[in-house]
Amino acid sequence: MEFPVSDTFQLDGKPVVFETGQTVMQAALAAGHYIPHLCYHPEFKPHGSCKLCTVKVNGRTAASCTMPAEAGLEVESDIDELNALRRTLVQMLFAEGNHFCPSCEKSGNCVLQALGYDLEVHSAGFRHQFPDRPLDASHPDILLDFNRCILCELCVNASAEVDGKHVFALAGRGNSKHLIVNAESGLLKDTNIALTDKAMSVCPVGVIIKKGVGFSTPIGERRYDQRPISQQALDDAPRPPSGEAHD
Amino acid sequence: MVHEAVSPSQRLLEPKDLSFLQQVIGLYGNDPTKLLQILREVQEHLGFIPNPAVSFIAETLNIPRNRIESVASFYSFLHLKSQGTYRVLFSDNITDRMLGSQALMERMCQQLWLQPGKVSEDGLVSIGTTSCTGMCDQGPAMLVNERAITKLTHQRIQEIGQLIRNRTPLSDWPADFFQVEDNIQRAGLLLGNTLTYGETLQAGIALGGAAIVEEVKRSGLRGRGGAGYPTGLKWEACRNAQGKEHYVVCNADEGEPGTFKDRVLLTRQADLVFEGMTLCALAVGAKKGFLYLRGEYRYLLDHLLGVLQRRRDSDLLGHDILGIKGFDFDIEIHLGAGAYICGEESALIESLEGERGVPRNRPPFPVTHGYLQQPTALDNVETFCQAAMAIHMGADKYSAIGTAKSTGSKLISVSGDCPRPGIYEYQFGVSVQEILNDCGAVNTRAVQISGPSGICIGEHEFSRKLGFEDLPTAGAFMVFDDSRDMFEVARNFVHFFAHESCGFCTPCRVGTSMLKQTMDKIAAGQGTHYDLAEVENLDHVLQTTSHCGLGRTACNPVLHTLKHFRPAYESRLKSLSFKPAFDLDGALARARQMTGRDDAGAHLKENE
Repeated sequence: MEFPVSDTFQLDGKPVVFETGQTVMQAALAAGHYIPHLCYHPEFKPHGSCKLCTVKVNGRTAASCTMPAEAGLEVESDIDELNALRRTLVQMLFAEGNHFCPSCEKSGNCVLQALGYDLEVHSAGFRHQFPDRPLDASHPDILLDFNRCILCELCVNASAEVDGKHVFALAGRGNSKHLIVNAESGLLKDTNIALTDKAMSVCPVGVIIKKGVGFSTPIGERRYDQRPISQQALDDAPRPPSGEAHD
Repeated sequence: MVHEAVSPSQRLLEPKDLSFLQQVIGLYGNDPTKLLQILREVQEHLGFIPNPAVSFIAETLNIPRNRIESVASFYSFLHLKSQGTYRVLFSDNITDRMLGSQALMERMCQQLWLQPGKVSEDGLVSIGTTSCTGMCDQGPAMLVNERAITKLTHQRIQEIGQLIRNRTPLSDWPADFFQVEDNIQRAGLLLGNTLTYGETLQAGIALGGAAIVEEVKRSGLRGRGGAGYPTGLKWEACRNAQGKEHYVVCNADEGEPGTFKDRVLLTRQADLVFEGMTLCALAVGAKKGFLYLRGEYRYLLDHLLGVLQRRRDSDLLGHDILGIKGFDFDIEIHLGAGAYICGEESALIESLEGERGVPRNRPPFPVTHGYLQQPTALDNVETFCQAAMAIHMGADKYSAIGTAKSTGSKLISVSGDCPRPGIYEYQFGVSVQEILNDCGAVNTRAVQISGPSGICIGEHEFSRKLGFEDLPTAGAFMVFDDSRDMFEVARNFVHFFAHESCGFCTPCRVGTSMLKQTMDKIAAGQGTHYDLAEVENLDHVLQTTSHCGLGRTACNPVLHTLKHFRPAYESRLKSLSFKPAFDLDGALARARQMTGRDDAGAHLKENE
């Protein structure tokens, strides 16, 4: 198919076709190009907080998930400098919370862990903060383990926009920012969350956990055990309906 | 969250509290975008926002209660748990410290038998620190229940402790505690003006909206908040933007440590500020304006409301201003509640809408998608004053002042090591040395220009000139003489940024707090060359990936002081290449506290 030149930008030297209104990330994924990302979810409006998807646009750094695609942009993504930054950001997220992959039931299905492997994060990098974040096990069917929260806001948005419930919100500021639920008691059991809520399925890490099914898929057979996230993420992205692939 | 048996957030509401809540919410038109203002009033009235009040407000406004908790917990001055009948916050800018604030705070804690950050057991009082309260020329300063108190001395601290113990209402405290001086040391274009109210507005009306924009463009006026964007271009873009309604917003959230010139303008030149806003309204076609006043300047509210009312009475605000049919404009004052980030324009707009003050993704910019997603012209207090002067004088005369790319005058807030701190108004192009001479500074080692997010310059650079060509500044000018330890200056600023990070993006939320820990480690004599390398690594991540200017500039204090005063860092380092941050002896602190011991036997020997 022929596209006018004005509808493409360059990503690591390759042309990427985009539609008006798409961001650099959306266009790249749709065209089959992976840019590492964490808080971006194809079904929600990007808000750009994790900064893992930082790219260089005409020499300046910007979050690709929120950067509007424009004709003629020169975008660099898969370069040593940016991958080093991404590694540091992943290290920061690991250091900020309490992440114990070997004993975490989300292991193998966790986006943070998968990014760690894919970006080759081999060391802690920073001293860990070991924050004190009590669990909320009050709900009969659902466990909240705040230790793993990376503050991506996906559950906040899913509950508000899809479920129409506002079960989750973020409170506090700076490094005391944390997830809260919508109940005077502060406990999940007193909210109207349901297992069928969209908010139940969007957590990229292991905060929102369905009780009783923890290890029904054995470790080793899970999502990112089978394929690295850089491949998996492309399958998850919305693609052009006619199926044409752009290289 | 685990709640204690009698949680301090569970104060029961009495019928009179409920009717107060009802009344406040009604006063703000049951409008959720006024949430921050409602919460601030509740805080002022009840001393904190108890859990039942959160539920009541949520039900009345028909919003989720966790949105209220989300907003309230973002702002330092709003509390969901009682912080005592008297909430004492010492201003913790480096200039307050240089004037002895830390010793005063220690003394007060001893006097009242409590630890910083904790509420006394009888629920009477808490003592803590807060970011710069904008009283650097008359510090050390504090806030008691959000009221500013200046010129603290040991004697004054003693008296305050006594008043608190006696439960004397704040309204009965000696008036001179709350005295705020203007300290105008050098007046110029703005501070020396002899205009009468409405004079420039008349001139603006004669020109008309389009010509005002042209005149401001030709004047070369650039924003005085720090970024220096051409004001005329901003007004033009806002005027041309499509929208249901246009808005004018004045940024009086003067939070940059070391800056206090907007406080003086609002005190002495409130009419000029409002006149500038009204001219802007005429230029962009706005009917509604907001002045976002930082919570620390709460004491100015009555004065400002008085000026607004007088202007309404004089036909300078309201319907058909000065008899011009259809020229309607009025101004509302919104108060902040302790969040530096709200000085960033898009965070300020979020806050105006009653949300957490988190900077938006830009583009789009406020000129097209600002308050309630409508075109909004947002400028600093001083910028509106300068715009009014430019209209009054005409672009040709105005642009002749200052330098080619920095026209007009600039108010400088001078504090730190000098005998004459205060406000100095200069034409742009003045040298650092000239200001140092005027304020009487001697043996100056460094000057922090434009606050922690600005730049720190050493002696060999004092010939540099203030202006967008060389040293851009929002107005802070903190002087450090050769007795000062520049490492401690940088560490204070690093703590400031960690405290004020909004927490939205990973690099700033985690990076500023890591940077703080590393600086503390170096300060404790535990630092190594590895830590200096980590500081540089963090700086790079913050600069390249942060969401807004706060994160991008958070490392400036360290970078600049490392550049000029590296020995201040290196003299503290261990000769080792690496030393873990874990402090074995420090880990015993809690055990020492519990056993009441602090003798040599309760400490581990160094290098054991």
